Amino acid sequence: MRRLAALAAATLLFVLPATAEDAVPLPEGIQIGLSTDRVAITADFSGADLTIFGALENPDPLVSRQGRYDVIVVLEGPARQVVVRRKDRILGMWINTRSETFVNVPVSYSMATTRPPQDVTTPDSYRQLSLGPANIYLEPEEKRASPLTIQEFTDALRERKEGLGLYSDNIGGVQFLSANLFRATLHLAPNVPVGTHKARAFLFRNGLFIKETSTQLAIVKSGFEQTIFRFASDHGFGYGLFAIGLAMFTGWLGRIIFRKD
Amino acid sequence: MGIYLPIAEMSVNVFVLLAMGAAVGFLSGMFGVGGGFLITPLLIFYNIPPAIAVATGANQVIASSFSGALAHLKRGTLDFKLGTVLLIGGIAGSAAGGVVFALLRSIGQLDLFISLLYVVFLGTVGGLMLVESVNALRLTKGGVPPALKKSGQHNWIHRLPFKMRFRTSKLFVSVIPVLGIGAGIGFLSAIMGVGGGFIMVPALIYLLKVPTNIVVGTSLFQIVVVSAFTTLVHSTTNQTVDIILALVLMIGGVAGAQYGAKAGQKLRGEQLRALLALLVLAVALRLGFDLFVKPQNLYSLTAPSGGTL
Repeated sequence: MRRLAALAAATLLFVLPATAEDAVPLPEGIQIGLSTDRVAITADFSGADLTIFGALENPDPLVSRQGRYDVIVVLEGPARQVVVRRKDRILGMWINTRSETFVNVPVSYSMATTRPPQDVTTPDSYRQLSLGPANIYLEPEEKRASPLTIQEFTDALRERKEGLGLYSDNIGGVQFLSANLFRATLHLAPNVPVGTHKARAFLFRNGLFIKETSTQLAIVKSGFEQTIFRFASDHGFGYGLFAIGLAMFTGWLGRIIFRKD
Repeated sequence: MGIYLPIAEMSVNVFVLLAMGAAVGFLSGMFGVGGGFLITPLLIFYNIPPAIAVATGANQVIASSFSGALAHLKRGTLDFKLGTVLLIGGIAGSAAGGVVFALLRSIGQLDLFISLLYVVFLGTVGGLMLVESVNALRLTKGGVPPALKKSGQHNWIHRLPFKMRFRTSKLFVSVIPVLGIGAGIGFLSAIMGVGGGFIMVPALIYLLKVPTNIVVGTSLFQIVVVSAFTTLVHSTTNQTVDIILALVLMIGGVAGAQYGAKAGQKLRGEQLRALLALLVLAVALRLGFDLFVKPQNLYSLTAPSGGTL
C-alpha cells in the first residue's frame, strides 16, 4: 500500500488553564483538521492510508491520565442508491431473481478507533449513533417487504461491501500523541469512490458519548484516464464519434501498413 | 505491464489484451470473419463487465471490418444499394437493441441474456458448420465432389411484394426480407457486440441468393455502419464504450489478421470450416457452463441503472 502524504495538520487549540473564577469546568470538545479538502488519486491507485489529526478541547487531566478518553474517526463516502440482487437456481442456471433497493447507502465507510469497539462504548450506543460498519443505517426503499427479507438483504449488502474492502475498521487506528492531540489512520480502499467524503470524529469519556465533529473531503480522480472518463460521461455522443473515428483510422492504417494488393 | 481502463475502471495486463486481439485477429484473417463473436466472450472470461465487453466489442469490430470493406470497395465487389437497404433495417434493429439492452441492465438480467444469446447462436452456427464441413470432408475423401446448390432456384422469399432491383448483385427481390435480415443483425449487434457477419453471410447466400463474391464486401459495408451506430448508441445511452480497451484490441487484431490470412491460404476450405466450428462450439460450451456453476457470491450490488457503483 502506498502511503498518501500525510494530509492533515492539526487545528491545535491549546487550552488555557482554567482560572479560579471558572467553578464549572468547560465542556469537552473535539476538533479535527485536514490540510487539504481535496485528494487526487491517479489511475494506478492501489489503496492508501489517510491520516487525520485532531485535538480534544478542555480535557479533564485526570480522565486523560487514566486513558478514559476514546476517539472514533470515520470517513464516510458519498451516499448512493444500491440494488442488491440475489441469484437462485432456476432450471439449473444461476439467475438473478429477487432484489432489494436501498437508498442513501454510503459507498465506502472506513472507521478507526482507539481501542476495540466493544471496549469503547455499548452496542446500544453504537446503534443510536449508527456508528461502525455493522451499524450503518441501511434504509430499504420498499419498507413494506417482510422484515426477514430486509434483514437478509441488509446483511448481504454489508457483507459484500466488507468483501470489496469498502467497509472496514482499523482497531488502534487512533493514537493519542499527547493529552490533547491524536492521530487517526484510515484505510482508503483501491476502489474508493470519488465524490465528497465526510470525516467524522466521535469523542467518548468513560464509555459515554460526549461530542461529534465533522469536516468534508473531496476525493477526485486525476490524470489522463479521468479526462477520458469525464469526456465519456459528459459528452457521450462526441465520445462515440471519436471512438468510431479511431477505429476507422486504425483499420485504414492497418491496411496501409500491411497492404499486399 | 498494467493498463488502466477508464470506463471499465479496472487495471488489466496490456499484453494479455494485445494477445487476445492478435489471436482473434489471426482467426478472423484466417476464416474471413469479423471476430466480434469471439472477442466479446473472451473479454467476459477476462472479467470485463459484459456491458462494457459488448459495447467495446462493437467498436473494435469497426476497425477490422472497415479494413476489409476498403479492399472490397477497390475490387468493386460491394453492392451499395443492397448494403443501404440492409442498413436501414440494421439501424432500426440496433436502436431497438440499445433500448432492450438498457432495460435488461436495469432489471439485472443483462449478463444472463448476453450469455444465453451467445450460447444459442454460437451453438447453432457452430453445430451446423461442423456437420456441414464434416460431411464435405467425408465426401471429398470418398472421391465424390461436393454437390453445389443451384443458384437460380427460387423460394418463398422471392414471392414477397415490394420488389426492388439490385444491379451489382443481379437480384430482383422484395425489400421485406432484406430489411428483416438487416434489423435482426442490428439488434444482435447492439446486444451481443458482434458485427453479425457469421449470420449475415449465410443469410445473404442462402435466403437472398446474392452472388458469393458480392456477399462479403456488402456484409462488411453494412457491419461497419451498423457497428458504428451501435457504438454511438452505447456511448450515449449506457456510457459503456472503453476506448482504451478497444484501441489495444484493435492494434493486436490488425496485426494478427495479416498472419491469419496467410495461414488461411495454406489450409483447405472444409478443414478451415471444421476448425472454426470447433472453436465456436468451445466458446458456446464455456459460456453455457458458467451459467450452471454456482457463483462465488450469490448476492451482487449494482446501481439502479444496472451499472457498477
